[in-house]
Amino acid sequence: MPGSIKDRVAIVGMGCTRFGERWDVSAADMIVEAVYQAYEDAGIETKDIQAAWLGTATGMTGMVLSEPLRLQYIPVTRVENACATASDAFRNACYAVAAGIYDMVLAVGVDKFKDSGISGLGDGGAPGPSHAMEAESTPPRQFAMLATTYFSKYGLSFEEGKHMIGRVSWKSHQNGMRNKNAHFQKDVSMDTILNAPMVAWPLGLFDCCGVSDGAAAAIITTPEIAQSMRKDPVYVKALQISMAPRDGNFNTNYDFLHVEATVRAAEAAYKEAGIKNPREEISMAEVHDCFSITEAVTMEDLRFSPRGKVRDDIENGFFDLDGGLPVQLDGGLKCFGHPIGASGLRMLYEMYLQLQGRADELLNPGFPSRQLANPKLGLTHNLGGSPDGCAIFVGIVGLPGV
Amino acid sequence: MAGIISYGAYIPYYRLPRAAIGKMWDAKGGRGEKAVAGFDEDPITMSVAAGLDCLRDVDPRTVEALFLATTCAPYKERQNSTIVATALDLPQAARNTDFANCLRAGTNAIMAALDSVEAGTLKSVLVTAADMRLAGAAGEDEQDFGDGSGALLFGSNNVAVEIEAYHCLSEDLADYWRSHEDTYVRHWEDRFGREEGYMRLPVEAAAGAMKKCGLKKEDISRLCLCGANLRSHAALAAKMGFSKEQIQDPLLADVGNTGTAQPLMILIGALEDAKPGDRILLVSWGNGSDAIIFRVNEEIDNIRGRRGIKRHLKIKKTLDNYGRYLRWRDMVDIAPPPRPPAGAASMSAQWREHSTALPLYGVKCKNCGTPQLYLSSSSTRARICLNCGRKDEFEPYRFANRRGQVASFSHDFLAAGTDPPTTAAVIDFEGGGRGQFNMVDREPDECSVGMKVEMTFRKLQYTQGTHTYFWKCKPVRD
Repeated sequence: MPGSIKDRVAIVGMGCTRFGERWDVSAADMIVEAVYQAYEDAGIETKDIQAAWLGTATGMTGMVLSEPLRLQYIPVTRVENACATASDAFRNACYAVAAGIYDMVLAVGVDKFKDSGISGLGDGGAPGPSHAMEAESTPPRQFAMLATTYFSKYGLSFEEGKHMIGRVSWKSHQNGMRNKNAHFQKDVSMDTILNAPMVAWPLGLFDCCGVSDGAAAAIITTPEIAQSMRKDPVYVKALQISMAPRDGNFNTNYDFLHVEATVRAAEAAYKEAGIKNPREEISMAEVHDCFSITEAVTMEDLRFSPRGKVRDDIENGFFDLDGGLPVQLDGGLKCFGHPIGASGLRMLYEMYLQLQGRADELLNPGFPSRQLANPKLGLTHNLGGSPDGCAIFVGIVGLPGV
Repeated sequence: MAGIISYGAYIPYYRLPRAAIGKMWDAKGGRGEKAVAGFDEDPITMSVAAGLDCLRDVDPRTVEALFLATTCAPYKERQNSTIVATALDLPQAARNTDFANCLRAGTNAIMAALDSVEAGTLKSVLVTAADMRLAGAAGEDEQDFGDGSGALLFGSNNVAVEIEAYHCLSEDLADYWRSHEDTYVRHWEDRFGREEGYMRLPVEAAAGAMKKCGLKKEDISRLCLCGANLRSHAALAAKMGFSKEQIQDPLLADVGNTGTAQPLMILIGALEDAKPGDRILLVSWGNGSDAIIFRVNEEIDNIRGRRGIKRHLKIKKTLDNYGRYLRWRDMVDIAPPPRPPAGAASMSAQWREHSTALPLYGVKCKNCGTPQLYLSSSSTRARICLNCGRKDEFEPYRFANRRGQVASFSHDFLAAGTDPPTTAAVIDFEGGGRGQFNMVDREPDECSVGMKVEMTFRKLQYTQGTHTYFWKCKPVRD
C-alpha cells in the first residue's frame, strides 16, 4: 500500500554493544563493535553496504561513521532528533530501501557521554550565545511535572504515587539483571527504590535512567533479498515520527498528564500496521523510560492501559516479563542508560532478538530464560525533549503475515 | 505644586536573627533580625519590587524618569536605572539616572526629582533606592546591615505629600567607605564618626530646614532619622530634643541599616500612618546630611493599599541557617556543581529581547484573543498564534503584573543553583496564558497544584561579567 512501510523492508542483521560507563572504549570503537556484529549476523561485508544513516546527538557529519569503518565514498547521512535519533536514522534508511534507491543499507546509532565528567546530561541547551533568559533546566525537573499532576489529578497520595512509579523501575531492574549487555545488572529492591534520594521531587534516584555509552546497528534490505539471506528476517510494520509544536508551557490546554505527540505517533503507527487494539495485538514493547513516570504515562498514551488506569496494570504486573504485555524486556533505559543517539536501535535490537527467538543469547548465567513465547509484534518508542514539547518515534516490527 | 503622589517599598522575605549570627561566631548576638536579600536579589531587583508596589495603580508609561539610588549597583558601566525602568515598563524616552556612592544618594535623588518636577522639565519621576551592603563576617557591621528598598513617585497632580523645604550639608567626613577594590564596607574608629560627624551634621541640617519654613520641633509630627544602629540613633534623637512619640521606627531592629534605602523606607513607614496636616522631618546621613520637611495632604488617603513597610514586615521567613546566608552572599567557597558551566550571555541577543523579556510581555492574538508567552532559548517573541495559527496578528500583552496558579511543579535537586532545590513551576495566568518559571520565596512543603503565585523580577544568573535578569514567581502573601 502506498504511504505505508508495512512489510516493504526487512532487517537482516543487527548488532549492539554492552551499554554502560565504557571508560575503556571510544565512540569509534563502539561503532566498529556494533556494526561488525551486524555484518556477521547478516553474513555481509562493508563492501555490500550501499548507503548509511548515522544517528548521534554529539558527532558532526557522516564521517563519524565513515572514518572508523573506512567506508569508501558511499553516501552517509548524519541524523539528530534528540532521543529519537537512532530510530529516525533507521526510519530514513528504511525509506531509502522502500523507495528502491538502495537494497542494502546500514543504520547506526552511537553516543558516548561518559567523557563529560558529570553524571546525567547537561541542561539540554548548548552553551553559547543566547539571551540566556531561560532558567537552567534539567530533564528530571521537566518530567517530574508529569508525576506532580498525575498524582494530583487522580488523587494519589504521595506514597501511592511513589509506589506506582517505583514499581515501574523495579520491574525493569528485574529484567535488566538477566541481561549481559545492560549497564545496571543489580537486583534492586522496592525499599531501595522508594527510599532513594530525591533528584527532582517527586522523582528519586531510581525513578531516573542513567547516562551511558553505547552503540547499535541494523542492516536493512528488501523482503525478497532478506528471505534469500536468512530464514528469520524481521519485517518493518510501521515507522512514525510526530514533532510537537512545543507549546505545552504556553498553552493552557496542555494537561501535564499525557504526551500528545506519543498519542499522535502511536495512532499513525497503528493505522500503518493495521492494528486496532494494541493492548491485545502488540506482543511486547520497549518504550522511552527516561523516568519512571514517563513510562507510566506512555502506557496510557499507547493505549496499552485505559486513561487514568495505568496504576492497576503496573501494580498487577501486566507489564512484567511474564505479564500480559511485557515492557522493557531488556531492562529499558532504566538498566541500559541512555546514550541518546543509540537508544532507539538498542530497543529495536531487543525486539529483533525476541522475534527470532534468540533473546537468551544475552542471558546472564544462572537466570531463568528471558525469551517470550511466540511474540508476533514488537513496538519501540522514543521521546526526545520534555512533556511540554518533544520529538516522538513509534515503530512496529514483526513476523511476516502479521 | 510638586510632591509625592505614590509610594511603595520592599523588604526581602528572609530575616536572619542576630542571635544566629552571634551563635555562629560565639559572640553576643544583638536583638532582633536583619532582612536578607535572597540569593537572586540585588539592588536592581529590589528596586523593581518597590517600584511595582509604588506603581500599583499607576500607568508606568506616564512616568518620565527613573532615578535609582544605591551604593551596590550591579554594574559600574551599564545604566542600572534603565534595567529597572525597562522591567517596570517605563517608556524608552524616560530620563533615567543612577545616583550612587553615598548613603545620602536616596535623599539626593528625592531632591533632584522634586526640583525636576517643580521646574516642569519632568512631569513625573520615580525614585527608587535599594541597598544590600556587604559586611565582613563576624564584624559588628554584619549585625547592623540589612537589605531593602523604597520607591517614591513624584508628580504635580493629586500630590499626597508636599515638600516644604530641604537643607543639604555635604562634608568629606568618611566614617564608612569602600574603595574601587573593596568587597566589604570599611569604617574608621566608630567614636570619630559618631562624635565628630553623626551627632553634629544632622542636627545642623534639620535646624536649617526647619528655619527655612519657620517650624519648631513641636510642629513636627514624625522625625524620620537615619542611623547606623539603634544605639547611635537613640543618642542623636535624644540630642535633637524630640520626644519619643515623635520618633519614627528607624527599622534598625527588624530590618537593619539599609543604606541609601533607609531614609525612603523610614519615611514610607511614617506615611502609612500619617494624617492630613502632619509634618514629617526626614534626616539622612552619609558624608553630610540632608534634611527634608514633608507636609501631608488629604490625598494621602488615595494611596493606601500598598504592601509598603508594614505588610512587608509581616511577610517573612526566619533564616535559621547562617551557612545559607554565607552561600547567598558568595562569602564562602562552595564546591562547584557537577554540572556543565553556563555559557556567556549574548549582549546582542539580550538587546534583541529586552523590550519583551524584561517587562515580561507576551502577546494577545487579535484574531482569537488568546494571550500567550513565547520563551525559548532563541527568542521571546511569538510569531504564529499557538491557538489559531495566524501570523503576526498580535497586540502586546504584559504578564508581569498578573497573578496565576500553579499547573505543575517540581523541586529540582540536580540543577546547579545557589539555593537548592530549584523549584520550577508552570503557571496559568489569570485572564489566560501560561509560562514556566522558577519559584522563589517558597517552602517546598507549601507547594501544590493550584496554589496562587505572583511574578517577581530576579537575577537568573551571573556569567562572565553579565548579570541576567528575568522573572520568577512566588507565592502570593498579601
